[in-house]
Amino acid sequence: MAILLTEKSRVIVQGFTGQIGTFHANDMIKYGTNIVGGVTPGKGGTRHLDRPVFNTVKEAVRETGADCSIIFVPAPYAADSIMEAADGGIRYCVAITDGIPAQDMIRVKRYMRRYREANRMRLTGPNCAGTISPGKAMMGIMPGHIYMPGDVGIVGRSGTLGYEAASQMKALGIGVTTSVGIGGDPINGRSFKDILELFNGDPDTRMVVMIGEIGGPQEAEAARWARDNMKKPVVAYIAGLTAPKGRRMGHAGAIISAFGESAAEKVEILKECGVTVAPTPAAIGQTVAEVRKKHGIK
Amino acid sequence: MEIHEYQAKEILSGFGIQTLSGGLAYSPEQAVYRAKEIGGNVWVVKAQIHSGARGKAGGIKVCRNDDQIWEAADDLLGKRLVTHQTGPAGKVVHRLYVEAGCDIDREIYLAYVLDRAAERVAVVASAQGGMEIEEIAHSKPESIVRCSIEPAVGMQEFQAREIAFALKIPPSMISQAVTTFMGCYRAFRDLDATMVEINPLVITKDNKLIALDAKMSFDDNALFRHPNISELRDKSQEDPREMQAADRGLSYVGLDGNIGCMINGAGLAMASMDMIKLAGGEPANFLDIGGGANPERVAKAFRLVLSDPKVEAFLVNIFAGINRCDWVAEGIIQALDKVEMKVPLVVRLSGTNVEAGRKIIKESGKPIIRADTLAEAAEKVVAAWKKHTGRK
Repeated sequence: MAILLTEKSRVIVQGFTGQIGTFHANDMIKYGTNIVGGVTPGKGGTRHLDRPVFNTVKEAVRETGADCSIIFVPAPYAADSIMEAADGGIRYCVAITDGIPAQDMIRVKRYMRRYREANRMRLTGPNCAGTISPGKAMMGIMPGHIYMPGDVGIVGRSGTLGYEAASQMKALGIGVTTSVGIGGDPINGRSFKDILELFNGDPDTRMVVMIGEIGGPQEAEAARWARDNMKKPVVAYIAGLTAPKGRRMGHAGAIISAFGESAAEKVEILKECGVTVAPTPAAIGQTVAEVRKKHGIK
Repeated sequence: MEIHEYQAKEILSGFGIQTLSGGLAYSPEQAVYRAKEIGGNVWVVKAQIHSGARGKAGGIKVCRNDDQIWEAADDLLGKRLVTHQTGPAGKVVHRLYVEAGCDIDREIYLAYVLDRAAERVAVVASAQGGMEIEEIAHSKPESIVRCSIEPAVGMQEFQAREIAFALKIPPSMISQAVTTFMGCYRAFRDLDATMVEINPLVITKDNKLIALDAKMSFDDNALFRHPNISELRDKSQEDPREMQAADRGLSYVGLDGNIGCMINGAGLAMASMDMIKLAGGEPANFLDIGGGANPERVAKAFRLVLSDPKVEAFLVNIFAGINRCDWVAEGIIQALDKVEMKVPLVVRLSGTNVEAGRKIIKESGKPIIRADTLAEAAEKVVAAWKKHTGRK
């Protein structure tokens, strides 16, 4: 098992025929992802990368049985595409697009609440590297080869820092069930807590690595949830120890604007909640190895 | 993006918020002339910089005659004001706003912010205005009034009334208050603001509700649909290097240390800076070159980091996913061909096309210190910095 994405997932690409969509769709197909088609309004009826193109998500779902969608649509139109996916019957959506206005995301989140929890699309991102279940399927822009199949779940905001963690683990022979990027934006689809919950319920995931950063309340929320509910060990790292208050560090969401949002404060909360915090970003792999040993995970 | 007080007031008055009459001045003569236009017998000369807490820094002066206005304007124009929001470098005053004075009865704090936990716009207010919200939260937390706005329908009048009554605004002024609170929300929503702050919102002795100060910032990601707001950008208030970087699609933040950084991805950039600090150094900057950077873009980013005279050692840390290590290496060599490298350079490449990248670096014959892991990269650059500068 894995969470969110498996080899059985039927994936469509929104923004399929664009340059970026094409490039990454190719990569995902090569990795073995079951890409069943794509959506580009106005190009319905044509074929691209040997797969059908549709005008609307509903049509794509009806014709291909797609249950997952990955979005490469440019920022001004991306929120609309996410809502189209939610309304079109997609179960899991990854929004890669960077630069979506925050108020658009507020609207997206509000719109998604019109569906009951059981029918509500799961969204991760935007502004993320995507999700990969190594050896099964990849919905994202990551270099697939640095992830080894295994039993550790990864959830993080940053793409490249997630690669760093996965490759440190691989060097120690530790693999991954699923790695989920939740993105660097202030308003995002699923939070750290939501993904921890999924890993908690996945029998193949035996521990979780959570890679957070400065800004926002989600790391602290996840830590408190883990303290009360998590049955598996959690290792964390928080980036941005040297970040000054009030300055945006690249990600739209990486800004310390309130109490409890600095790296030091988040680390303290995580530790209080029983999460093992890697002392440096270069020691994430090592910390995972130590925690596995302590908990008898082989 | 941030704008000046006078710009925020102009925007907000279009949404029904009352402000005092005032005018912009670029010289002492203009300041005196503005005061004449406004009339009355007391004026306030206010330095326009992108920062709060200007009063404490001496940027706001109450004047009672022409000579005082002249002197205040003469003193402020060209002056560098340092507040806790500007950082030690401060910000230079190029514009003044001359405003009518008023008799204040009470000061209120009013702000609209993005509540990330609730994923909504939230109103934060307090009857204890004039202070900064952190101070209020610390000394009078019970005075803070909060209100969360449902995004599907927007702010409702009952919410505005609830805030007004909680702030003990006199019953005769409730409708003015509702207009003000609703107007601020509409401005926030319609213009994709990330913050609207009126501090203080004052009740005058003649029962008017007036925005005495105003601050607005906007979502950079939404500027594409607000060309009128983009036009308000004042480049003189921005760090020149950050501005240059932003114009080239790079994300750069200047810091106080000596070790220059060029990294891909915001998270890895922050993590690398953390590693530098843990290894005993201090980063000079945050720089994310983003995804899919070609050699030209890498070379530009490289030169940008080196243009900071504080830089005494340089770390390049790339974990390529959609980037390519060979392109990054080519970019570095391109930059090195044009500038003389006077400080040690450590390069760590990993991910896509790493072997090709390392080969280019090696064959260039340039004095580049190679590192293979994040830990090694940070240790080597700090060690090289110490050796280069003789620091311990």
